[in-house]
Order: sequence, then C-alpha cells, then structure tokens
Amino acid sequence: MIRPAKENSSQITDILARYPANRGSLIPILQDVQEKFGYLSEEAVEELERLMGISANEIYGVATFYTQFRFSPPGQHTIRSCQGTACHVRGGRQLLQELQQHLGIKSGQTTEDGKFDLERVACLGCCALAPVVSVDGKVHAQITTKKIPSILSQYAGPSWLGQAETGKEDDENT
Amino acid sequence: MTSLQPHVGRGLRQAFTEAQAQWRKLQDSEVPIFFVGAATCGRAAGAGEVLQRLRSHIEAKKLNAQVVEVGCLGPCSFEPLVIVHKSDAPRICYGNIGPDEIIHILENHVLGDDPCKQWALGKMTPGELNGIEDFDAHPMMRQQVRNILRNCGLIDPENPYHYLAREGYRGFLQALEIGPDKTLEEVKAAGLRGRGGAGFPTWRKWQFCRNASGQTKYLICNADEGDPGAFMNRSLIEGDPHAVLEGMLIAAFTLGASQGYIYCRAEYPLAIHRLQVAISQMRELGLLGENIQGSGFSFELTIKKGAGAFVCGEETALIASIEGQRGMPQPRPPFPAVSGLWGRPTVIQNVETLGNLPSILRNGADWYTQYGSESSKGTKTFALAGKIERTGLVEVPLGITLKDIVYDIGGGIPAGKALKAVQTGGPSGGCIPAEKMDLPVDYESLTKAGSIMGSGGMVVLDEDTCVVDIAKYFLSFTQEESCGKCAPCRVGTRAMLSILERITAGEGETADLDNLKEIAQTVKDGSLCGLGQTAPNPVLTTLRYFREEYEEHIDKGWCPAFVCSRMISYHIDRDRCSGCGACSRVCPVEAISGEKKKLHVIDQEICIQCGACLSTCPPVYAAVYRRSGELTRYEQRKEKKGKTK
Repeated sequence: MIRPAKENSSQITDILARYPANRGSLIPILQDVQEKFGYLSEEAVEELERLMGISANEIYGVATFYTQFRFSPPGQHTIRSCQGTACHVRGGRQLLQELQQHLGIKSGQTTEDGKFDLERVACLGCCALAPVVSVDGKVHAQITTKKIPSILSQYAGPSWLGQAETGKEDDENT
Repeated sequence: MTSLQPHVGRGLRQAFTEAQAQWRKLQDSEVPIFFVGAATCGRAAGAGEVLQRLRSHIEAKKLNAQVVEVGCLGPCSFEPLVIVHKSDAPRICYGNIGPDEIIHILENHVLGDDPCKQWALGKMTPGELNGIEDFDAHPMMRQQVRNILRNCGLIDPENPYHYLAREGYRGFLQALEIGPDKTLEEVKAAGLRGRGGAGFPTWRKWQFCRNASGQTKYLICNADEGDPGAFMNRSLIEGDPHAVLEGMLIAAFTLGASQGYIYCRAEYPLAIHRLQVAISQMRELGLLGENIQGSGFSFELTIKKGAGAFVCGEETALIASIEGQRGMPQPRPPFPAVSGLWGRPTVIQNVETLGNLPSILRNGADWYTQYGSESSKGTKTFALAGKIERTGLVEVPLGITLKDIVYDIGGGIPAGKALKAVQTGGPSGGCIPAEKMDLPVDYESLTKAGSIMGSGGMVVLDEDTCVVDIAKYFLSFTQEESCGKCAPCRVGTRAMLSILERITAGEGETADLDNLKEIAQTVKDGSLCGLGQTAPNPVLTTLRYFREEYEEHIDKGWCPAFVCSRMISYHIDRDRCSGCGACSRVCPVEAISGEKKKLHVIDQEICIQCGACLSTCPPVYAAVYRRSGELTRYEQRKEKKGKTK
C-alpha cells in the first residue's frame, strides 16, 4: 500500500526536521523512515535524495550495508530466529528449519499472505534462555520445535497453520 | 557517607538528600515490597506476566504493597527472579517464579508465616528465617565479586534517586575535585584495561587523546554488543544505566571531550529506552550540559542506534557508521585517539570499561587492585551460556580459573554429559578444551591458549557439540559479516568456510587441514581490522586441540558428536518401537512408514536428517537413534560404560 506522494513527503520532512542537517544524520533518518513506513521504498529514497542532497546511489550504498534496512514491505508479524552461539548449540538451527517449514518460506522472505516475515538474527542477547525466537519484539524463551505451532497460532489464529498444512492433514485422514 | 564537595550545586545537593530519604524508606518499609527482575531476559522468562498478575491481585484485594521493577541480578536460569521485602523478616530472593508462585508467596509469606523455602535462593539481608541460607552463599554467587554489577537487580534503574543513594555520581564529583591529571593517574594506578576484548590500557588511550592537538574531542561508548553469545553490556545498561553514564562523564572530563555518543545496537530496545530516561534525568540533576556543577566542564550526549553490522564493533568502522557512511574499517594509524570522528581526537570505550570508572574514582586505585591478577586487575563480567546447568551473567575477579566458573558458579554440565570445551571471545575467540580448565581467566593466559578474553561471552560446549560444526558456525558468521574491504578476509573466510562445509558433509580430504591452516594464517596477516585478524581463531584453536575430531570426519566419515547431519542417519529400534506413529506424523518429508501399533521404518533415501522424529519419539519408548560411521550413539554409550567398568 503506497500512500499518496504528498503525504509521504510531508512525513519525511517532519523526520528530517528532528536531526541536524548533516551527513551524520543519514542513518538515524533512514531508521525513522523505515519505522514510519515499514521499509525504505523507492519513493522515500528519492525524496531523501531531493531533500538531503545525497544521491540515491549513495543512500542505497549505506542502507544495503546494514542488515536492519529492508526494501520491500514487511509482513504483519516479524519473526526473528536467533542464531547466536548459545542458541546454536541448543538447537537454534533446527528451530529455524522448523519455522521455514511451517511458514513455507526461507529466512529473509515474507509469507504469501503477508502474515509473517522470517529473519535470522545474529544474537538477541538472551543467551541464558536459549534457544529463543522473537515475534514482534517479544522474546519467546527456551523454545522447542514442538512449541512453534502454538506460537504461530498466537499471532495468526489457530486456523492459519491448518491452512498452510492442509495437504498433510488430508493424507492422514484418508 | 562522606560529605559532598563544596562546589556541588544546590539542586544536586537536594537530590542527594532526597535519595537518602527514599532509600531509607525502601529499606525500612513497613509495607511489603516486591522487586521483580524485569530486564529483557527476565521478561523473556515471563516477568511481564508475573508483574501483571501481582499488580492486579494487589489491586483487587486492595492490599498495601509496593512493586518495583529492577534489572537483572544475574542468575538467568532462575528467571523470573523476585526479591520480597517484608518488614519483620529478612529479604528473600526467589527463583523461577511464575504468576501462580508469586500469588502463593504473597498469600503465604507476605500475609502469612510460611517463607516458601522451596523457591528461595537465599536471603539478601541478615536475620534468621527457616534456615534459609544467605544469597551470597549460593553456589552461583559465592565466588562472585559484584563491583560493576553492584546495583543490577537491586535498584530501580529508572529512578535516579536509587542510584544517587548508592553513592551514585560520587566518583564523578571526586574527579571534578581532583582534576583531570590526577583522575588519569588514578585510572593508571588501577591498571584498568579495555573490556571490549583487546585489553588495551585505558589510561594510555586517554593519554594519546589528551596529547592530540585540537580543541574538540569526542568520547564514544561502544554498546554495539555484536558477539553472538554475549549479553553483559545489555544487562549492565538495563540494570544500572547511570553507572555507564557516570563513567562517560569521568572519561570525558579527563579527556576534555565536550560531546559524547553512545552507539547501541537497535536489537536492544529496552537498553536504549533506559539510556534515554537516564540521560534526561542527568540533565535535570545538572549533570549534563553547560558548566556542570560550576566546574567549567560542559558535556552533551547523543544516542546512536546501530543498524546491524557486526564489524561496527571495530573502532574505525563504528566511527564511519556515526558519520553516516558504510561501516567499513580504516587503516590505522592514524588511531582514533589522534584522528577519529570527523577527524578529531576520539576515544572509544566499551560499556563495561566505563562501568568500572565510578568505583575506581570513588574507592581509589588501591581498593580496585585488590581484585584480579598481576597483569589483569579488577573484575570482569561474563555471560555464561550454552550447555551449562546455571546460565547467567556473572562477575568474577580476573585470574579465577575456568574450572571455578564452569563447575562452581555454573554448576557443571547438565544431564550427566561430559564437558568438551569452553568457547570464549565469540567469533574472534577460540575453544579451550576440557583438559585446560585450570587456566586462569586473564588477558595473557587466554591469548596464550589461542583464544581471547573478548568482551565476556562464555559458551560451554558438551560432548554433544561437534567442534568442526562450531568452527563452521563461527566462520559462517564472520564470513557473512565481513565488510568485504580486504580480500584476504572476504575471500579467505569464504574459502575456509567451503572447506569446512565439505568436511561436515563427509567430503573432506586429508589435505584440507593443512590448507585450512595456511588460509587462516593469510587471513590473520592480511586483514586490516580486528574482525579479519581474529576470524580464523575458532578454526585454529579447534584444529589445535581437536585435530582428531577433524580427522574422524575426514578419514572415518563420522561425526562423533552426531551433529553434522550429512554424516548421520536416523533409525528406529525394532525392540523399542511401539508403533504410536508420533514420528511419522512429524516427519516433514514423509519418510517414515508403518502401521498403527506396528514397527515403523525410516526410508533412508527420503530422510533429510532433520531430527524431528528423534525429538518427538516419547521418552518412554526412546526408539529413534542415530548412527554415524561405525557406531550408533547407543553403542558408543554402551562401549564407554563398558570401559569405565
């Protein structure tokens, strides 16, 4: 959903007004723009180019360096699967595989219905409670592969997972 | 408490008086108080639900009780933690407290006379209560010395009066009193070394910056805790933000820096929030801004959120990131202390280094140097995680042995498994094998063993951990995080990773190990920054201590820890399978067949070795087992047992 360009522009102007007009403000401004719109759209970057006098190439150069920035609209809920050391030795990789299977996507992708984003993160800093998965910033501690369906249905409703896995259920019933 | 220096302004003076009153009220309260550990880790363990339930219960029953949210006390495996104050009893710290338990404690301990000993970890104040031991005598606590973390879990991090009452900002006022030269001398005498990993003497860095020409100087607090497996800085900022900020004031005053930045990872929203709150409180107390406490020293602080790049933990990359550039390192010299942010002299200090400063100034270098070893003074925090009984954040005097940390504080390895190695220093560090557990934890000893102190991540590995897999894990991390500037790092890490991928897939060759070593050396020698220079460490230490395990992968084609999925196969024990069908229901590729109540079989052609069947098979049957090379896990165990008999 892309808002009318005018409204976009005035919101970006508001964000720019919060920071001193220098190069050092670029990353905080990009962070705020992403927080506002969910991602860095082409329109937003063009607008920043116009207002800040930094070329779009340069802006993309900086933005793509950092893992935080995304360039496509996010899903409704963001799942972050921690791949830190403590999570790794306690089965973090299996959890990621399991999440990918349930969601039918790979990490870095969004489910077709736009319900979930799946991201792998280096560390959420909750190592003592490993393995952890966070959904929309809430950390779920000491997750096992068995707990994943119930976590997903907490956010998407109980029927969502059923839809995604109907193929298998049918096999069992027959 | 010592009296305040004459130059302290009226506002701050009054705040100290108010702080004393508030703190005394908290200690002598007639009203019961619940201190709930609500840092990120506590919340992840369910502290949010505990708070909610507790508050609504208190309100519904119209009880007279106070609830205070505090930071992390450290023993994370006992989260959620609650300390309960009751006027006629010692304070008790309870562990693993859920919503039901907290109501039970409220009803039976606070309103009744049963102290709920079953959940008590220990008592925090003197007095006798049902034989509950002191919290400090708890095995996890007794070897710890909590100087940096002294307030964490005990004060409300969003209440500045709590910090002031605990001698807060006294170190900074002392620095103002004695002046920058003597402050530097004190830090030098204390022997404080950078806690970010490399252990560079703090005073020397400061000296370089002070000697550099130019009026404008910057101080940066590096809170971009990017090491996977580390959470010391997060805990300190969440539990006691003012301690870090006071450290910044002391450093900035000594350096003559008028502007400070805190570079904090965006993944730590609560820490950023706590910093924002604390900074505005500093301003109100007259501890930030122009001419602080009439000293002529002016200081401003800005928080910069990291945007997710591990390499930004490196000083020059961090500076580039604050300048709004791609976070790529620059060649040194010039060192940031001479030419850093916007080309001005800049000192970058780790969160914990700064957290040490208030107590050094307050108590003096002599007090500080009573802790630690000859070359490594003071205490250090470690994030204890992995395959260990008691995980958590611990603070110990430097020079303590690894054994003491793993077995005494950490309680050893769970489920009767054997210790294999301890990984220190994250992706820049290495694995120290079980037979080296007598090693003292100080900068020199760890470096000699091939690892590094690092910022304090300590991940314990047990016999179920494959060291080749761990080396691959760290390398895939650094390979992904390499900024790409230096070819040895960009290409070398990828080359090493592909060798490790082949070895763990059962396609290794004998020449691989020598090749690995050679590439590792090239990456070490040919990279500009710390990321590249240390990236081969996990591979080099595992090769040094666990060469046999690499060889088993290559020569025998088996993974002794049963981790490398391409080298193991899953089977169902015909004598134990009950035919419940649990495994076939979870198998994602439908590789398991079998009729109800009859033996199930895994089709090896279809199986993807995900392990879902193994984790699903009910423990009463435990019919799924793994095979790698010659022996199954079963047979291996039996063989081991046979040997010990």
